[in-house]
Amino acid sequence: MSTKRKAAYAAKVKRATHMLFFRRHQKPGVRGWELHKALGSDYPKVLNVLDDFMKPLDLQVKTVFEEEKIPEKPTPDELDKARFYVTLRGDLQPKEAKMIGWRIDDLAGLAITISYIISKKGQAARRDVEELLGEKLAGWKVGLNIDRYIRYGYLQQDDNEQLYLDWRTRAEVDQKALIDLLLQSDGKNKETADSEEEDAEEEPEEKQ
Amino acid sequence: MQTQKNINRKEHKKLGKDKLERIIDMMKSIEAHTVDPFLLNVDEIIRIIQEYFPEWEQPEELNLDAEAIHHLASVIKLQSEWVKQRSTSLYTDPFLLEEKITQKNKQELTSIFLKAWHPVVELEQVTLRSLADARRYWDALVPLKERWEQETVAEVAMGIATREELVEESILRDEAFSAELERFWQELKDKVREQGKEGKLAYMDWISSDTYSKTVQRAYLTSFLVTYGYATLEIIPLEEEIFISPLDEPGSKLNKQAVSVPIMLSFESWQKWNRGERD
Repeated sequence: MSTKRKAAYAAKVKRATHMLFFRRHQKPGVRGWELHKALGSDYPKVLNVLDDFMKPLDLQVKTVFEEEKIPEKPTPDELDKARFYVTLRGDLQPKEAKMIGWRIDDLAGLAITISYIISKKGQAARRDVEELLGEKLAGWKVGLNIDRYIRYGYLQQDDNEQLYLDWRTRAEVDQKALIDLLLQSDGKNKETADSEEEDAEEEPEEKQ
Repeated sequence: MQTQKNINRKEHKKLGKDKLERIIDMMKSIEAHTVDPFLLNVDEIIRIIQEYFPEWEQPEELNLDAEAIHHLASVIKLQSEWVKQRSTSLYTDPFLLEEKITQKNKQELTSIFLKAWHPVVELEQVTLRSLADARRYWDALVPLKERWEQETVAEVAMGIATREELVEESILRDEAFSAELERFWQELKDKVREQGKEGKLAYMDWISSDTYSKTVQRAYLTSFLVTYGYATLEIIPLEEEIFISPLDEPGSKLNKQAVSVPIMLSFESWQKWNRGERD
């Protein structure tokens, strides 16, 4: 690669970093066509370079396609319509999760809600989810938590009080891995005391 | 003997109707996801529909039969979707999953979730450049008291409005336009009398003129003729034909429910009509 070309790519990577890290719209992430316009038609290559740069930092460029089914070889049109985010590449430790403002109760509730909706073909009645969460969470918290998941963009609710997965779940959660992990786990620790419950009493900061 | 046969036939028909109505209700419940689609025995439903089909004579009976077939198709589609979903790698038996979830405590669930969760990373930061831009914007911003200053309306002395001014304000109707509409209505009546059949004229024959702009103008005036009840349109959808017929008295058929009829009048369609006329 010539020096001139290298410099051009470096500038594009810098621009892509700014676009992906700083929120430009109400929701985070950048549409493919925006990157196309700002970086040129070779923006997928630029994102690959950026992704390589971010590997040692445990970050990645995540592509969320418009259709739920992920295309094997996405066409330029599919890429233009897709949304791109920077997400954590690896996973968080429970203590780190608390550090970024999540109570263990809320996170467990989110895990249950998402996996239950996946198992119900992507749609579940709010009443059923409330019932399920109510087994382990205080009644007054159940509704508040579901509303919060909706507000954050993990879930959406229609007029018939049916819950669906929303953009943030598609961007952040590896749905197959979640279900596989839940089914593979043996559940021996049923008697483990909920000792960490009182660890994070403070409410998390509101996401936009 | 014949009477007894008729009674038996009537009862058989009634039974068939009841059965179809019950089947339709059940299929509607399945479509609303309140009943498992596999509770329905499709072969049995088809047998019932087939059994009673020769009995149906009236349009509403045939309609019931068609409705049953339509809902049956939807249920079969739901069954197929169910099978497809079960065959995907993401399918999990909800009961099994519920069981797993209830077995686990919050720490376990959280640990599992954290392995599949990759939160979005974002930055919120003020830069020197954005501060400088903001400062420039602030300097250029007009103070509120200047922006919200109330517009002073000049006081005007009382006077008498002219008729033209009232027409301009749409308070009075333009007499010239009404007169033109009356003249146009008369022209339609004359033309229908001379060239029309059964008191009507093909719409394109009526509006078409030697230039496109005149044709558009005639179509525009015609829309007022119809709206104000001077004439009425007859549309034959299958033949894609539109006829216009003048009414004897304006507004004499206005009690019918009014509908808007968009009619495309492109330059190409006008040219086509014009060529067809002259060939």
